[in-house]
Amino acid sequence: MTNDTKWTVDRRKLLAGMAAVPAVGMAPGFGHAQATSEVNTTGLAVTDDKVTVGILHSVTGTMAISETGSVQAEKLAIDQINKSGGVLGRQIEYIQEDGASDWPTFAEKSRKLLVNDKVAAVFGCWTSASRKAVLPVFEQYNGMLYYPTFYEGLEQSKNVIYTGQEATQQIIAGIDWIVKEKNPKTFYLLGSDYIWPRTSNKIARKHIEKLGLEVQGEEYFPLEHTQFNSVINKLKLRKPDVIYAIIVGGSNVAFYKQLKAAGIDLSKQTLITISVTEDEILGIGGENIAGAYACMKYFQSLDNPNNEAFVSAFKEMWGQDIVIGDVTQAAYLGPWLWKLTVEKAGSFDIDKVAEASPGIEFTEAPEGYVRIHENHHLWSKTRVGKARLDGQYDVIYETAELMEPDPFPEGYQ
Amino acid sequence: MFEGYTATELGSIFALQGFAGLILFSVFLLMALGLAIIFGQMGVINMAHGEFMILGAYVTYLCSQVIGNYAPALFGVYFFIAMILAFFASASLGAVVEWTLIRHLYKRPLDTLLATWGLSLILQQVYRSVFGAREVGVNLPQWMLGAYRVTDLIEIPINGLFVMCLTVLITIAVGILMFRSRWGQQVRAVMQNRVMAGAVGINTARVDQMTFAIGCGVAGVAGSAFTMIGSTGPTAGQLYIVDTFLVVVFGGAGSLLGTVASAFTIAQAQSTMEFFLSGSMAKVLTLLTVVGILMLRPQGLFQIKVRR
Repeated sequence: MTNDTKWTVDRRKLLAGMAAVPAVGMAPGFGHAQATSEVNTTGLAVTDDKVTVGILHSVTGTMAISETGSVQAEKLAIDQINKSGGVLGRQIEYIQEDGASDWPTFAEKSRKLLVNDKVAAVFGCWTSASRKAVLPVFEQYNGMLYYPTFYEGLEQSKNVIYTGQEATQQIIAGIDWIVKEKNPKTFYLLGSDYIWPRTSNKIARKHIEKLGLEVQGEEYFPLEHTQFNSVINKLKLRKPDVIYAIIVGGSNVAFYKQLKAAGIDLSKQTLITISVTEDEILGIGGENIAGAYACMKYFQSLDNPNNEAFVSAFKEMWGQDIVIGDVTQAAYLGPWLWKLTVEKAGSFDIDKVAEASPGIEFTEAPEGYVRIHENHHLWSKTRVGKARLDGQYDVIYETAELMEPDPFPEGYQ
Repeated sequence: MFEGYTATELGSIFALQGFAGLILFSVFLLMALGLAIIFGQMGVINMAHGEFMILGAYVTYLCSQVIGNYAPALFGVYFFIAMILAFFASASLGAVVEWTLIRHLYKRPLDTLLATWGLSLILQQVYRSVFGAREVGVNLPQWMLGAYRVTDLIEIPINGLFVMCLTVLITIAVGILMFRSRWGQQVRAVMQNRVMAGAVGINTARVDQMTFAIGCGVAGVAGSAFTMIGSTGPTAGQLYIVDTFLVVVFGGAGSLLGTVASAFTIAQAQSTMEFFLSGSMAKVLTLLTVVGILMLRPQGLFQIKVRR
């Protein structure tokens, strides 16, 4: 976009905004809303009574398995915000685009949302690959992305709010807990072969070695791997005190089914994972994973009034049988955090929202309480759950304090 | 790597590794058999093979739900019913696909590649719309879970044994069908010389349709069996398609024995290397070896001698 066209667009919006001022004054019910020209100085899709946002996830392709829950959570949050009066008196409308599990498509659709639709915020992406693909677009066109997935860290942007945990938040507390609880001497690290498991295991290994304990092995498998018998034999031979597993996707199902079939009993063998939420257990089957520990910030069974309300609202909207995993909850935080930030900033402008973000508190978060850090990640508690036969987790531990997000951990890289 | 272990421990591990290799071999062979018929005999590059398998898996899932809810007494044996239904479901879909799509493309093999790839995308989206994007969990009867304990260290997964037996049975069945039955004779006749086969009174269109349907049916049974060891989701078929083609092409298209030998070689190589190296490296080395051998022997391990 050249400067010329940008000026034209801005001026047109400016004029439209000015024309709208008297209308706002006259319209009953909107008397309290600020004039659009004041809250939207950069030409976003904001009118006197509505604001448009984008939802950008894969609803087709491989990743649809995981991203469906996030879309549902974001729609629920938007619906609830609208019922409670909207954002700065404006109802939220969303435009949903399909990233189709394809990273260039994500980039193209985010460009469309930002340039053509001029959305005020985008809730979306799931894999790190899709986030990396859209990041330059968000920085170039100055958009705002709320990204829900727990991820490997090593990133920070003015244009992104990371509502999931970064790796150190998720990993270190979990290892500390297991070391205190089970007093293990040896660990065996497993993962799918891409950036998130590799970075996470690197952090885990550093931390384990810092505690003076031994990592017996570290292994990765291609994403489509479905046969784990050889590594299971290795586990039988080495007998590690703790298996640390970050296997994702369809592989996950194969791994736990074969572990169970090979006679490894997870009530005796300690296994801790950071990649299996309630969503994944649907495919794995509760009987195959019962007894395993998972370390993340949210479990559906979390016992607090916020979560009760959230779970029942979610089930009412999307069906009684549905399960809610960690990322789904983090996706639910996105629209709410954005609303709170916009209202604190008194403006939809991206720069003002980015600036107002640090310090925003969401006390009604299903996970309890979260606050946005200066680095645009969230302060949150880390919890350990133990998998039950029915596919839910029992929450057996939570950190006393909020964990500080540290996307660039020193000494762990 | 083996220091500090007793001889018994090592012996057990080698036994276990042997079994791991055999189980992987059965899995490879089972998923390749259907394709060996379709690609090997008919020369159709069926990119939707994985989706035919997943149809079988979903049929198994439906069976487990229906029988679990309405006839719990039968739950112990539902898997057998499910496999039979899976065969017929995939075979019927195969017949329909052959009639509407494939038969128009027999003279354009590369176009079948595109058409079946498109078909695989369509089927994936259909599964997603019907069963939801999330994976479904297939409940297994109690006797199929767990492991058979030989000694303290040696435990053999029951589902692995089950897949092994099933593979042996189906391989024998396919072998008899291809080489001892009248239908098999016709299939081979059509494959070797379509015009002449037609001239001696074989209904080639019908043979083609049957062949494609049976290949798909076998894929359905494989998919049904794999619910025990893997995931059932709209795109799970993609997990198997590369290995499937690898086995069939490496074995030499058109040769059933070649498929068996190739599945055995690849499985043993991979599971042994996985034990000594890591999962990713094992895969890389396996693929490299296969590429190397195919460069020296482009026709694959075995080749049927045909006068052209």
